[in-house]
Formats: sequence, structure tokens, C-alpha cells
Amino acid sequence: MKEFAYSRARTAAEASALAGRSGTCLIAGGTELLNWMRLGIVAPDQVVDIGAIPGQAGIRLEGDTLLIGALADLNRIAGHPLVEAHAPLLGQACRSAASPQVRNRATLGGNILQRTRCPYFRAEEPLPWGCNKRRPGSGCSAHRGRNGEHAILGWTGSCVATHPSDPLVALTCLGAEVELVSPNALRRAPVGTLHVTQREARHAGEDSARYENTLRDDEMIVGFRIPAQSVTGTSYIKVRERRSYAYALVSAAAALRVEGGAVRSLGLVLGSVAQRPWRLRGAEAALIGQPISKDTVHAAVEEDLREAKSLPDNEHKIRLARNAAVRAVLTAATS
Amino acid sequence: MDVAARGEQTAVGVRLTINGLDYFARVDARTTLLDWLREGAKLTGTKKGCNEGACGTCTVLVDGRRMNSCLILLAQCEGAEITTVEGLADSAGALHPVQEAFIEHDAFQCGYCTPGQLLSAVACIAEGHTGSADEVREWMSGNLCRCGAYPQITDAVLDVAERWAP
Repeated sequence: MKEFAYSRARTAAEASALAGRSGTCLIAGGTELLNWMRLGIVAPDQVVDIGAIPGQAGIRLEGDTLLIGALADLNRIAGHPLVEAHAPLLGQACRSAASPQVRNRATLGGNILQRTRCPYFRAEEPLPWGCNKRRPGSGCSAHRGRNGEHAILGWTGSCVATHPSDPLVALTCLGAEVELVSPNALRRAPVGTLHVTQREARHAGEDSARYENTLRDDEMIVGFRIPAQSVTGTSYIKVRERRSYAYALVSAAAALRVEGGAVRSLGLVLGSVAQRPWRLRGAEAALIGQPISKDTVHAAVEEDLREAKSLPDNEHKIRLARNAAVRAVLTAATS
Repeated sequence: MDVAARGEQTAVGVRLTINGLDYFARVDARTTLLDWLREGAKLTGTKKGCNEGACGTCTVLVDGRRMNSCLILLAQCEGAEITTVEGLADSAGALHPVQEAFIEHDAFQCGYCTPGQLLSAVACIAEGHTGSADEVREWMSGNLCRCGAYPQITDAVLDVAERWAP
């Protein structure tokens, strides 16, 4: 790990001003940043600790909106009565992430800025193989090599990474907004559009492997706003190689409102299939007004996933994604 | 130009308590809580396994909550109260009920994961995640045991949860 200077920020404005300087990283929990620094994914000169900024870890209700501070940790969120009452889907997703120890430390703001679990990306310097995220132009070893856990949507030949967060999938499904502070402004954005796929990065004229989100250098996440929805059921399904303490192969979040036997509203989002949460807009629209049955949900999801394109090792992920999405809706319907 | 050449401060002073005793440390900012516990405070009960937050053997309590000490900079611990495995027994040397239960149930073999298992078990019980063997397994999943003492660890946690109120 390279030598760095350490300081503590007292306010969010002060931290965001420092964040804009090159060579500076913010640290909150640190469960990601420490490993990035060990591997050489980042090598900051300056680390600014935002973990003790007052008033940034709160969870409260304001009218019909649940507000969660960026510094709230995953276990506090999962166990909070307001989250249980107004966004149990988020609690479920938080509880399914990492281990109890990591969840006590990991903040929600940091969680959604975690980076891909691609093993070619998470290698120690000096990098023994190509990775366009780590070294521009060095090639994507996963695209040519082992890619069983990689993207089935939105990828390009220069990067096939997925975003591994569980809470981000739930937040997207619930239509949450992220609040971003910069030295001169506060802005809000739908959390589901903060990250971009490799294809979207390329269309925006950016480096398709390195441009991962629309956060500016001098912006800092300070909180999340979750509309308290009138849903009749929600469900988060996480498919993984072991039942606990593993990253998702595929995950699916559903938030459903059924009235008189028919779907009135549906949020349906997949995780770990692309570099951002993947909303199944086609299936959401197709199911409105329909009764919930395994056949109708299956058909709608299958149709929506026709655009998925597998890599040599991950054809199974298309079927996993379909089944997880169907199960999430059916579980939400009976919860 | 690197930080040192620019004359910026790469050392940091931290006040904290470990097992009820006050400490002041002045360390390179890169120092993790884990490395400082072992090398600085000479409390080598806390073990270093994967050093990336995957194995749980470095688990300690920070302000009463279990965390991986390899994923925390000492600099982030200003004012924190840390409990390590050395702080579980009472001042007369009587073992903590969780330690007693681990011995009684033979909940270890090589012992390398045990300090982390003990701290995690103390926290798991205090959190109330001991309603069933499944619940204990889920909430102890952040501590790996390569000898495979999981059934005995689960038994020890369930047993002590019935007898001991934190």
C-alpha cells in the first residue's frame, strides 16, 4: 500500500471539496477502499475520513419519504423499524450482503460505489494480465478467458464486468433517489441511473471499461430518499454458490401492488447481470392489469430477457436471471 | 511528487481504549487496527488470516459491535473502545461463558479461527441472533473454520445463549 496523508473531514461540503482534488480518496467504513489500496486499484496521496461527519448516518421518515444517510451501515438499516415498516425490501437486500462483521462497518453510500468482483480486475499489482479498467488498452482478460460470473447485458468487448451490490438493486426497485453534495450544489438523481453499462459509456463517448458511473469527482453521496410506496408485497431473491456470505450470481428484486387479483404496479430489477441494476421495463409494463400466475410472469420476463447476450461460460446466467425474476414476483405476490 | 516529498503528514495520532485500558498510538496512516493490535499493542490474540475481510479471524468488537480489524485503519479508531479476545476473561482470569462453552463443546481444533469465533459469538448472542441453529449458522457465517468445527461452534453458541445474558 502506497504512503498517504490522512485527515478527517468535519462537514460534507469540506469533504466534497477535498474529494475533487486528484489523488484524493474518501474513506467511510473502508471495507472496500482498504482492499483497493492493497491491490493497487487506487493509490491515493490523500485519504479523507468522512466516517465521523455528524448527522450523516440517520434513518428517518419525512412525510412519505424514508431518508437514509449515506453513513448508515447495512446492519443498522436492516434492523431499523422504519426500514422494516416502509422498505422491507431494502432491509432484506442489506441483510443478504456480506457477513455480519462487514455489514456492521460497510455504509450504504460506500456499498453502492463498490466495484466489480471480476477476478481479473481484483488482482494485485503488478497486474499479471490485461484489464481495461486497471490499465487502459491492455484488453479484457475476462472477455477472452473465464467469464462464468460476468455480464449478460450491456457489456462490450472491452469489459464484461457486473456491479455486485445487493442494496443497489433494492433501492432501484423502490425508485429511490441518491442525494449528492458538491462544493456548490446539492443534486438528486434516480439511484438506478447513477451507474452505466459499458455500452452506455461507449455511447456517451467515454471509455467503455473505465467510465462506471455519472458521479463527478467533486461529488459525494450524502443520502438516499426512498418513496414509501403502497405495495402489497416485495421480495429479494439472491442466487449464489453458497447460502450465506457470497456474492450473487444473479439477484432479483420485486415490489408489487395487486388489487382485485390484478397487478396495479410492479418494480422488477435484476442485479449482478450488468454493470448497473437492470430494470425489466418490458416485463413491468406487460404485467400491469394481468393476474399473477407463473405462466404470465414467466412469459413476460422471458420476452424482456431476449436482449440478453451470454458469454462463452455464462449462458446459465440468462436462465438463472429469468427464474430469479419470476420467483421474486411470485414470492412478492404471496408475501 | 509523493506525499512525503510534499511534506504532508503521513503519521497520525490516535487515542483509543483496548479492553478498558487507554492507549495513545502514533502510527503511519496506512496501519490497520489489526496490525497495530498485534505489533503495537502486542495483543497477538487477534489473528491475521486473509487480510481482506473474508475469513473473520481478525474479528474484534469496536464500540461493542463486531468488525473485521483488517478492514479498519487505526486512524479511524479515534475515541473507539475496542475489545479483543484478551479482554473476554475477567480480571481474575475467569473465562467468559462463551469461552467456557467452546471448551465444553470442543468447538475448535487448530484454534486459529477461535479468537474471531469467540468475539463473533459474543456479539451474535448480544444481538439476539440465536433463535435456532440455522439462525446461528447464518449470523456466524463471517467466521470461517477450516478444521470444520462448525457443528460444535453452533452448539456452543446455542448453549451459552440459553444460560448467559450479556
